[in-house]
Amino acid sequence: MEFPESNERRKKLSQAIMFGLSRGISYGIVALLFLILFFIMKQGIGVISWEFLTAMPTDGMTKGGIWPAIVGTVYLVLGSMLFAFPVGVMAGIYVNEYAVAGPVKRFVKMMTNNLAGVPSIIFGLFGMALFVNQMGFGASILAGSLTLGLLALPIVIRTTEEALKSVDDTFRQASYALGGTKLYTIRKVVLPIALPNILTGLILAVGRVSGETAPILFTVAAYFLPKLPSSIMDQAMALPYHLYVISTSGTQIEASRPMAYGTALVLVVIVLIVNIAAALLRNYFGKKVKMN
Amino acid sequence: MANKLETIDVNLHYGDFHALKGIGLAIPDHSVTALIGPSGCGKSTYLRLFNRMNDLIPDVKITGKVLMDGEDIYQIKSSKIDHLRRTVGMVFQKPNPFPKSIFENVAYGLRVNGISDNSFIENQVEKTLRQAALWEEVKDKLKKSAFELSGGQQQRLCIARALAIEPTVILMDEPASALDPISTGKIEDLIFQLKDQFTIIIVTHNMQQAGRVSDYTGFFYLGHLIEFDKTKKIFTNPSKQETENYITGRFG
Repeated sequence: MEFPESNERRKKLSQAIMFGLSRGISYGIVALLFLILFFIMKQGIGVISWEFLTAMPTDGMTKGGIWPAIVGTVYLVLGSMLFAFPVGVMAGIYVNEYAVAGPVKRFVKMMTNNLAGVPSIIFGLFGMALFVNQMGFGASILAGSLTLGLLALPIVIRTTEEALKSVDDTFRQASYALGGTKLYTIRKVVLPIALPNILTGLILAVGRVSGETAPILFTVAAYFLPKLPSSIMDQAMALPYHLYVISTSGTQIEASRPMAYGTALVLVVIVLIVNIAAALLRNYFGKKVKMN
Repeated sequence: MANKLETIDVNLHYGDFHALKGIGLAIPDHSVTALIGPSGCGKSTYLRLFNRMNDLIPDVKITGKVLMDGEDIYQIKSSKIDHLRRTVGMVFQKPNPFPKSIFENVAYGLRVNGISDNSFIENQVEKTLRQAALWEEVKDKLKKSAFELSGGQQQRLCIARALAIEPTVILMDEPASALDPISTGKIEDLIFQLKDQFTIIIVTHNMQQAGRVSDYTGFFYLGHLIEFDKTKKIFTNPSKQETENYITGRFG
């Protein structure tokens, strides 16, 4: 049979166009990311100095440093993870290992997913109502951490659940076959295998939490504090909120513009470092429990 | 020889699916029994009756009797299921060592059952690894991760893990199907040696393997046990036409 030559050409052309288009778009997205990084880098690098990183803000936040905001963000990230990680992992274990398939399990999963879609300002309001007012923590690192932790919960729950789901059932069966109980099996076999993937959830959550502004707005963030927080019941400054303040509501917005870009750069770099550290950690564990 | 295991008119349903249809079978002590048949015929499900692994699947209904040493293992208290599973070792299709050291994999069954005497555990691990013909290959790297072993070594480690708590029955679900021919040969040699001390049931898709390692063979088809007899008889002179068709490769 003779096949028309023109058809071959058309095939090749349509292949090339589709492939070129999708490649162009994916490269474009990477380029966009680099553009953002480059822009922040270019604008912010000028103010980065040892003093900027370690000093208190001075002169109406147009000079000095951002040390208290860095400290505050670190406290808030640690605090929120201390809450969200154990709680989220336990919830994920329940959903994947214990919950019996049926309406209850479906409902819990659906609500977890809905929680992930709630706008962060709602978390902020809820955190203020519950932690700040009702439970009487006041605007404090404790209240802010718990609010941010709530925001991070669905991410941790969902990745834990997926990580556990990907553990082959024969591992569980092999443990049961040796007389292992469910709890022992989860602790000694299932969790160690799932750990690298659970850590991915932690990475995502840390990235999300460190950049959020709305949840800390009413629960912890301070416009300006002359000293570092000394307990979890103190208010704190935080990088995203500090950035917001000096770009929009400072006394001399133009004068503090370079400080704003410097703050943005520090925030981006911190998130980057956390992500890289967590990825390295995950690779390390991943090697230890590599599947064949 | 006494019958170690016996099933009397066992029926098993997964929801609406009738997976085992009235299976009656008696398995002699200290023997190797091969279960053969096309995929989905019920042979793996049958194997999992003996350590009640099917109980873990929701919507399973089992009727009939499953006897071990004359006792119906589906009439025992649920608190005794752990004990039952200790007396029945299991080896899976894909090697699935735990994410632990070689030593700790073998010691797992001892620790999970509350044994903490370290010198006893060390002795038992060595004894079991020798039994599984793996000791010489791993004795210098017991602290290394089990994942560093080859696939065949991992499978022998899984056998050692099952042997460590001294079961009397060993269930093997296609234990060599994921391995190369040399590793498969080692597993088969091992099965041959182990039958002096254990009652072994092995599910396999490999006819030659069934012929090489087993004393008895059962042929399953669509949830029925078509034929059960001495392996020699099944492979040279089966009484049922379906069996002959299957082992000569005319279907399946």
